Amino acid sequence: MGITVPQINFSIIAPELIISAFALVVLLLGVFFPRTGKNDYLGYVSLVGIVVAFLYTFPIMGKSQYAFNNMIVADGFGVFFKVIFLIIAFLTVLISIGYARRVDIDFGEYYALIMFATLGMMLMAAGTSLITIFLGLETMSIAIYVLAGLMRGDRKSIESALKYFLLGAFATGFLLYGMALIYGSTGTIILEEIAAYIKSKPELLRSPMIIMGIALLTIGFGFKVATVPFHMWTPDVYEGAPTSITAFMATGVKAAGFAGFIRVFFSALGAFQPDWIAIMWLLAVATMTVGNVVAIAQTNIKRMLAYSSIAHAGYILVAFVAGNELGTASILFYLLVYAFMNIGAFTVVILLGKRGEENVLISDYAGIGFKYPLLGASMTIFMLSMAGIPPLGGFMGKFYIFSAAVKAEYYWLAVIGVLNSAISVYYYLRVTVFMYFREPEREITGLTFSPASVVAVIISVWGVLYMGIFPSDILALAQRSITGLL
Amino acid sequence: MLYGYFAILVYILIALGFAGFVILASHVVGQRKSTATKLSPYECGMPTIGPTLRRLPIRYYIIAMLFLVFDIEIVFIYPWAVIYRSFKGFGFFILGEMLVFVGILIIAYIYVWRKGALEWE
Amino acid sequence: MAENVVMLFQWLVFLGIALVCIFASIMVISNKNPVHCALWMVLTFLATAGLYVMLHSQFIAIVQVIVYAGAIMMLILFVVMLLDLEVELRSRLKFLYSKAIGGFFAVLLMLGIFYAVITRVLKGNVGSFTPEKVSAMGNVKAVGKVLFTDYLFPFEVASILLVVGIVGAVIMSKRREARKE
Repeated sequence: MGITVPQINFSIIAPELIISAFALVVLLLGVFFPRTGKNDYLGYVSLVGIVVAFLYTFPIMGKSQYAFNNMIVADGFGVFFKVIFLIIAFLTVLISIGYARRVDIDFGEYYALIMFATLGMMLMAAGTSLITIFLGLETMSIAIYVLAGLMRGDRKSIESALKYFLLGAFATGFLLYGMALIYGSTGTIILEEIAAYIKSKPELLRSPMIIMGIALLTIGFGFKVATVPFHMWTPDVYEGAPTSITAFMATGVKAAGFAGFIRVFFSALGAFQPDWIAIMWLLAVATMTVGNVVAIAQTNIKRMLAYSSIAHAGYILVAFVAGNELGTASILFYLLVYAFMNIGAFTVVILLGKRGEENVLISDYAGIGFKYPLLGASMTIFMLSMAGIPPLGGFMGKFYIFSAAVKAEYYWLAVIGVLNSAISVYYYLRVTVFMYFREPEREITGLTFSPASVVAVIISVWGVLYMGIFPSDILALAQRSITGLL
Repeated sequence: MLYGYFAILVYILIALGFAGFVILASHVVGQRKSTATKLSPYECGMPTIGPTLRRLPIRYYIIAMLFLVFDIEIVFIYPWAVIYRSFKGFGFFILGEMLVFVGILIIAYIYVWRKGALEWE
Repeated sequence: MAENVVMLFQWLVFLGIALVCIFASIMVISNKNPVHCALWMVLTFLATAGLYVMLHSQFIAIVQVIVYAGAIMMLILFVVMLLDLEVELRSRLKFLYSKAIGGFFAVLLMLGIFYAVITRVLKGNVGSFTPEKVSAMGNVKAVGKVLFTDYLFPFEVASILLVVGIVGAVIMSKRREARKE
């Protein structure tokens, strides 16, 4: 029997290779040159790695090339997501540089794990076989479980890691079982071959085995992106984890979850769209409504942002249900703008804390708007953007999503989405009201702003404003990225 | 196709049967005179003081975890060793594959070593 | 005739292994003493290995024994011993409504999967490695051949995954030096 060596094309996986190499280097630097309390240099090394990986996404833009026996692809969709993940990783490392030292977790491992998680995310977006997507998901998840529990002295952090790990492992089991059922009924794990096989055997459309597989996959991915009713872990995990990691989870893990979700459902199981659309519709409505309604009652800003992240997953599901070209492109657009506004908001949360005093209650924000005018203004921009007020990026994202739903004739879904968006204005604006119109109960003093975090806020504000005022470039890019996917 | 395993099955059954027979036989034939000393967990040695279910220190966990990871690595190397010869002409390819795999894990090993996780502190 | 006897015999062996497997896994979740649970789990793993052998996947069966019944069980036992078993043993297994609801959904899911698997419409696409071919060339060789060509990329990613696992285990359990402020 002959051996056929798979085509090896390093340029296609160049961003992944660079990220892994830098992650390993940072890991070793951290143990060979540990400079207790002065490990910021590791953050800068990581930033260099992320930027280099980002530069290497340019050569593979606009291509559609498979490598390693169809295990991975460099197509528009994957590259767009890789860019999103690298931006998220860049901002996360930036906001970590001061914060990690403050909460005593600035080891080499911290930055290395962030990069390993980014690698996992990129594999989820670029993987074209179930096994690559699964391995990417596991690499990302395990790194995040550990990152969530890094503050070992803090009970909430431990609780967060343990909860996330147990439930996450359980959800991974569902996902794997779903993949196994789909593999069992089609005999292949390559997404395009699955689609081709289903197309060639129309009787498979009635196969309970595939439908069951789709249901299990929905649970697995639904857990990772925090949709109702698989969202129970979100508030506790987001509250307990280090804030920089919460930002990373809320944006990166969600984006990666959706990347895998879209890739598997649209390119392998597209023929089953009539079957999963009803479930997705229900999930979208439940996710938006529960997320927004429960967010109103929160007093802790990290928990509020956790529920808001659930609601945002619901909006994205609306576009998922719409399933048309604009819908998928708007998911990409939304995830990018969501990354900017959410990381921005968490950065403000980080900046308002100091060692031993994190100030995460919404009532702590009273009077901040006048005491730190620029910080208050930035937070206002992020909150208004999340609420979907023009001319900010969040508004354009929602606008595209709801118009995709209308275009696909899901009028009720669009109406429920807009109503939900209106509910959300209440709790987002409440933060702003506290910042500008409430007398502080106690003084917050002695804040030291880490320059890196300030840079992250500036980048985020720029991102939100740019995508709000000039959205058409990015949308056009997103639309180009998804050609060939649907 | 599973004929080859018939012998193993018979072997397992005989082994189980023999073990069961011996236990049963000693139960039936042997005589028992139980005294308080004989029924204590350790017939010889010191009587236990305090609870016997002590909590182990966490370092056992690290060792077990590291063993597990490198065990999995061995599992991957095994088919590699079996298949190596049939890759005539692609020797460097298959060697390089394993070198990358092991190399990455060696970095992890160096990390563990430098971190002092192998020390019994 | 002889064929039928072999079939019947195989079926009986399968039935035996499957029943042991199911019984042992029920014991794993219903036992109160974590150490006993772990030991029942070993039996579950061994029985699963038997199922793999019956599926002509001897390599996977051996890996199941080495990795699961060996290394992972050892890890689980160490973790059990890290816990305060005294407290665990004194506590009673309580009836909780959440458990009942969870059990209900578990049964529902099991029935769903069972139904899905027995009513499959078509056999999946058959790949190039049929059972006959695999037994002819040897199980390990077959695994190696696919693993190091078609699945080269996932194989290398697995090493990164193992690194992440190592880093996670060490960072979560290694004693940290106190900060000198």
